[in-house]
Amino acid sequence: MSTATTDTVTKPGPGMRFTSAAANYIDERTSASGFVRELGRKIFPDHWSFMLGEVALYSFVAILLSGTFLTFFFDPSMTATHYQGSYVPLKGVEMSVAYASTLDISFDIRGGLLMRQVHHWAALLFVASIGLHMLRVFFTGAFRKPREINWVIGFVLFILAMAEGFTGYSLPDDLLSGNGLRIIDGMVKGMPVIGVWISYLLFGGEFPGHDIVPRLYVLHIMLLPAILIALIGVHMLLLIVNKHTQFAAPGRTNQNVVGSPILPVFAAKAGGFFFIVFGAIVLIASVFTINPIWNYGPYDPSPVSAGTQPDWYIGFADGALRLVPPHWEFVFLGYTWSMNILIPILVIMVFLVLVTFYPFIEAWITGDKREHHMAERPRNAPTRTAIGAAGVTFYGVMWAGASSDLMATHFMLTIEGVIVALQISLILGPIAAYIITKRVCLALQKKDREIALHGFETGRIVRLPGGEYIEVHEPLNEYDRWRLVAHETYRPLMIRPNERGRITVGQRVRAGLSRWFFEDRIEPVTRSELERAHHHE
Amino acid sequence: MAKISRKHRSTGRRSPLATVALLAIGLLTTGGAYALATTTATAESQAAAANEQLIEEGKKLFAANCASCHGLNLEGSKEGPALVGVGALAVDFQVGTGRMPMAFQGPQAARKAPQFTQDQIDAMAAYVASSGPGPALPDERFLEATGDAAKGAELFRINCAMCHNVAGAGGALTEGKWAPQLKGLDARYIYGAMVTGPQAMPVFNDLNISPEEKRDIITYLDYVSENPSVGGFDLGSLGPVSEGLFIWIFGLGGLVAITVWLTARSN
Repeated sequence: MSTATTDTVTKPGPGMRFTSAAANYIDERTSASGFVRELGRKIFPDHWSFMLGEVALYSFVAILLSGTFLTFFFDPSMTATHYQGSYVPLKGVEMSVAYASTLDISFDIRGGLLMRQVHHWAALLFVASIGLHMLRVFFTGAFRKPREINWVIGFVLFILAMAEGFTGYSLPDDLLSGNGLRIIDGMVKGMPVIGVWISYLLFGGEFPGHDIVPRLYVLHIMLLPAILIALIGVHMLLLIVNKHTQFAAPGRTNQNVVGSPILPVFAAKAGGFFFIVFGAIVLIASVFTINPIWNYGPYDPSPVSAGTQPDWYIGFADGALRLVPPHWEFVFLGYTWSMNILIPILVIMVFLVLVTFYPFIEAWITGDKREHHMAERPRNAPTRTAIGAAGVTFYGVMWAGASSDLMATHFMLTIEGVIVALQISLILGPIAAYIITKRVCLALQKKDREIALHGFETGRIVRLPGGEYIEVHEPLNEYDRWRLVAHETYRPLMIRPNERGRITVGQRVRAGLSRWFFEDRIEPVTRSELERAHHHE
Repeated sequence: MAKISRKHRSTGRRSPLATVALLAIGLLTTGGAYALATTTATAESQAAAANEQLIEEGKKLFAANCASCHGLNLEGSKEGPALVGVGALAVDFQVGTGRMPMAFQGPQAARKAPQFTQDQIDAMAAYVASSGPGPALPDERFLEATGDAAKGAELFRINCAMCHNVAGAGGALTEGKWAPQLKGLDARYIYGAMVTGPQAMPVFNDLNISPEEKRDIITYLDYVSENPSVGGFDLGSLGPVSEGLFIWIFGLGGLVAITVWLTARSN
């Protein structure tokens, strides 16, 4: 259809003629034009924080490309061999073929080390950008109806990315990754009754066995990436179906999306941004070492290096294990109950489940069934922002726990002191973060309200004829004011008896939670308040 | 020389010059041996005298700088351990790396600039060594980085890495103590630390790790210090923690800065 119109309007050159003929050929056979038009018209609002998910997507592409290169040369076998490559301090040392082939990639295959470093740095960036993207979605309330399912899918992607990272980290079969696997083995064995069975099943015998690297390899290059790619597809599809959220501004409503269409503006921008992300990864990979496995040596269950840590995204779990106080182990019914392992696992599980289901929890508390397409400013949802800050603090303290030994050496502290300080912070930190964040949000809302009603203080003091001094306030223009007044707030739910005249426990809980969420609030400026303020001036 | 001449002129044994040559050789050998014996004798007595002087000097230095904690007769006190029989090597390590004298009492003496010249350290070492048998300075050949780096690396991973980290980047110990980083160290101090076991470090005597194996470890550490990381800057060889901090601060931080720039509208 579109080609027909262009034919009549302009005289097409030969290139244009070829393009339209090709497009027509494809369209007649696939009916793709409708899809392309629909997709091409999708609007993306402009805000820097909306590009974090793109960073994740593009680093994933970098991971796929570099990872494919690595599979050409990596041999996931635990058969023993003697290294004969060019790295002197390992010459003649007995090691697995997996480790030897990773050394070959690093030292004897052209471009291999760069590809390894691109792969690993991109993986770190992938998980980090997912984390930041999730925080953006959380703090702007972009997970609310209709986007709850996409939040859950995104969170599953985060977990899968961590699983991909961990399986990949374990493949080279070096000392560091072997130590990491040993911790996993310990955690599995810590489960009462079934732990040892599962460990033997997983490792094909006593740890480390000869099976774990090939098994992790299959997970790492086949199963997990397949699920990951499928879910990314669903995630993007839902993004298109749900449309993008936007921040309040003149002309932006809950019913429209203001921004650039995919074709041509956004596609060009995003394409350019892809190369920027890829370039940044390659730049980092060519200048900074990552995971120098040649330093660590082949895996051997006896040595453990000081400063052994997992990659950053597993750090919170490692920290949780480090922060458990000693002597939480007892024998009961002939089994050893390792509470020092079970409790951190339980705490992490509860934490992850709460994050997964937060959109549903909040929706239940507010009782709000409307669709929300406006991204909220974090200050306008003080309790949610405070909960987020508490969660970030909780995660951050566990994360810091994983580097407790490095904090001790680098800041000249005792490691016991660091651990005790972190144990206390794990409990008190989130509470303090909650209270402080909530108060800061309410104070910012108060400030916004003040500015919306009375404008900015100009610092200009005027003496009135009667002798009175006043400071002149400059009122906002309507566009700027809209940003400050366009939000709404909830009020605590009232407890009401149901149709049988009863007040259920669920209702009480819900009302209690609602009170906790919305008792302290700053009401947004209403129209009549605004008019009164103007009249006053 | 004689060997060569015999080979080449085996028939010239009866030459009249042979007797002369024989006489000359005999005289030279006996004379030379005598001269050597007398000079070593005098050298010995001279050395003994010099050693005596060195010990005396060391004793003075010790009394002035160390005795307040270690006692005037090396007997030790509440502040510091007795030093009878710790050997010259312990003094060379502790004072040579600046750990002794301590700046203050703490969990562990930190490495700092040495407070004495090597001559003064040798004097104190001689004084302490004179109090009883203890480890002396090692043979120079064990300090050269000419051993087997691969074997040294393996020994290092098994014996040292749990405190000092596989790449020798150091690590934390209990109660504020720490295992120092091991890059760019003088081989004599690596050797001395292994033999004398300073502070929290265990002793690795010659039955545990033979002098040749110690040389292998020195070779490995020398290799690590001399060869920069092949992958680029090593971020302190601290492993995943510095890598994670780097990607969050510079990697993601830089990209966020770019997103802000991309979406900024020109005013």
